[in-house]
Amino acid sequence: MLAGTGEQNAVLARTRTKNGFKLGYDFRTQLELKIMLWPSVLLIFVFNFVPLFGLVMAFKEYDPISGVAGIFTSPWNNFANFKVIFQNFEFWPMVRNTLGINLLGSLVGIPVTLLFALLLNEIGSQRFKSLIQTVTYMPHFISWVIYGGLFITLLSTDGGIVNLILTGLHLVKKPVQFLADPSYFWGVAIVTNLLKDLGWGAILYLAAMAGVDSTLYESATIDGAGRYMRMIHITIPSIMPTLMILVIFAVSGMLNNNFTQIYVFQNSLNLPTSQVIDTYVYKIGLQLFQFDTATAIGLMKSVFALALLVGANFISKKLTDSGLF
Amino acid sequence: MIQGKNLNDRLFNLFNVTGMILLILLTLYPIWFTIICSLNDGMDLQRGYVFLWPRVFTWASWQTVLSDPGMIGSAWITISRTVIVSIVSIFNTSMFAYAFSRPYLKRKAFYSVVGFTSMYFSGGLIPTFMLMNWLKLYNNYWVYIIPFLFGGFYNVIILNANYKAIPESLFESAKLDGANEFRIFSSIVMPLSKPVIAALTVFTVVGIWNDYGTTLFFTQSQDLQTLQYFILKLIKSNAAVDQLTNIALSSNPDVAALFTQAQGKGRVTAKTVELAAMVIASLPMIVMYPFAQKFFVKGVMIGSIKG
Repeated sequence: MLAGTGEQNAVLARTRTKNGFKLGYDFRTQLELKIMLWPSVLLIFVFNFVPLFGLVMAFKEYDPISGVAGIFTSPWNNFANFKVIFQNFEFWPMVRNTLGINLLGSLVGIPVTLLFALLLNEIGSQRFKSLIQTVTYMPHFISWVIYGGLFITLLSTDGGIVNLILTGLHLVKKPVQFLADPSYFWGVAIVTNLLKDLGWGAILYLAAMAGVDSTLYESATIDGAGRYMRMIHITIPSIMPTLMILVIFAVSGMLNNNFTQIYVFQNSLNLPTSQVIDTYVYKIGLQLFQFDTATAIGLMKSVFALALLVGANFISKKLTDSGLF
Repeated sequence: MIQGKNLNDRLFNLFNVTGMILLILLTLYPIWFTIICSLNDGMDLQRGYVFLWPRVFTWASWQTVLSDPGMIGSAWITISRTVIVSIVSIFNTSMFAYAFSRPYLKRKAFYSVVGFTSMYFSGGLIPTFMLMNWLKLYNNYWVYIIPFLFGGFYNVIILNANYKAIPESLFESAKLDGANEFRIFSSIVMPLSKPVIAALTVFTVVGIWNDYGTTLFFTQSQDLQTLQYFILKLIKSNAAVDQLTNIALSSNPDVAALFTQAQGKGRVTAKTVELAAMVIASLPMIVMYPFAQKFFVKGVMIGSIKG
């Protein structure tokens, strides 16, 4: 591309080093690095940063007909979009669903995943252990469309195996409407999510456990510590930093529902408990075309999510000295 | 077992192993169930699902799915997009990460700020939708490709941590021998980072293969459906019919019978087609991932530590 063969460059590079230049600071190297960086920088600018300008729609009265130019020409409306959001009867149930599914999901998911990792760590046979891992990772690689579709079939009232078992054991009198009755939606979302990511979520804990010095366990055993004592006093403290990071992620993701999951299970009958922020933004934005209101909700969500992340990180640093940044 | 000496320990191991076997069955059974139901005769399946083995075995539903023009079209979109995005995005992202990891890169702070900002701030659904419209990517095959060509700064952090493990002297001697940056990247860095690149490739392939949001948000044409979206529509319409049947059943059996008829007659029904499509669409991922499994820990771990 530029003048000079390899050998000439080598000579150049050497002379530069001899003359006190540090290796790599020459114009040509910097140009090569820029050529490597800029395709991605451009993609980030276009697909991540340009949409940020669209956020001003949240504070304007925007008509989709006016197109892109309308984002800047349409009149400001004094937070009217936010007032509309708070007055909407769907808003508070939607916030409740979002927080409920995430909070309960984390409260159940984090301890159960940790317990699974602890128990898996106690399996003696290496081959059995890796078999369990291979099998439990698998659902993570299946899409939510397929995994959700699978559970829609399994939970069906019309011969689905879950209802057959429940009625067979006389636990319920007639089949449970898992997906048509709003009272079950949170449970369905939380349990299917747990089943899908149980094995995958344990990877981090297992890796942290593998890093524990085995002499610690040996000396504890000599001192008379049993299996449970070793778990509580050696294994758990050693995975504390990992656990804290996962807790921070869970807290900062509190407003982020898994759209891909919820949308698959959502139907018109379970809407009272299945409408979450992300599905709501999709509905009023891309189905009802109220761009300004939808953008305002999205913006509010981002601001609160960022506050949660910073807050969780701050508290974690105060309490345990480990955090993300 | 080393520690299985006293009764307490043996009991623990017994319960632990039993629990794990149950978990394996719980994980595998839904998948097995889908496979056998999709291989069962459709009419027969309406009498009730099969739970261990097909009652009336037939490949008919699989053949129907594999010859359905909608399915083939969407499979083509999904496969071509997965191949193109995975190759280009992994190459582009690891190249970015390489340049970013060089200690002699000038104005590194700028690239850091750009990268970290892109991780935590986004315009959200609606501004992105308008951007796609503005760029004429809406309802265009390229919407499946171009926005995905950079794999995200999170992957850059993972790659960066891996590149750090390569001894700096290797780069220095290569530079002194006159190798340019592209050469160092392709002949030193890429071969030495195979494990992490393998892991990231699997994550990218799975992410793209399983993505249906892009279809849902940014396309409307029948010809631009991805496999996952195609199946989602099958699932949603079948679930809707099921619900209608249930509601009708309690009030009017004749209407319910009508709905049941609408689900199809003969060896192939809407339900078996749905199940067969589900199995066929997940096979590539299930077959692929065990091969790269040993690299996962490396790929996931480092990312989490560096956060």
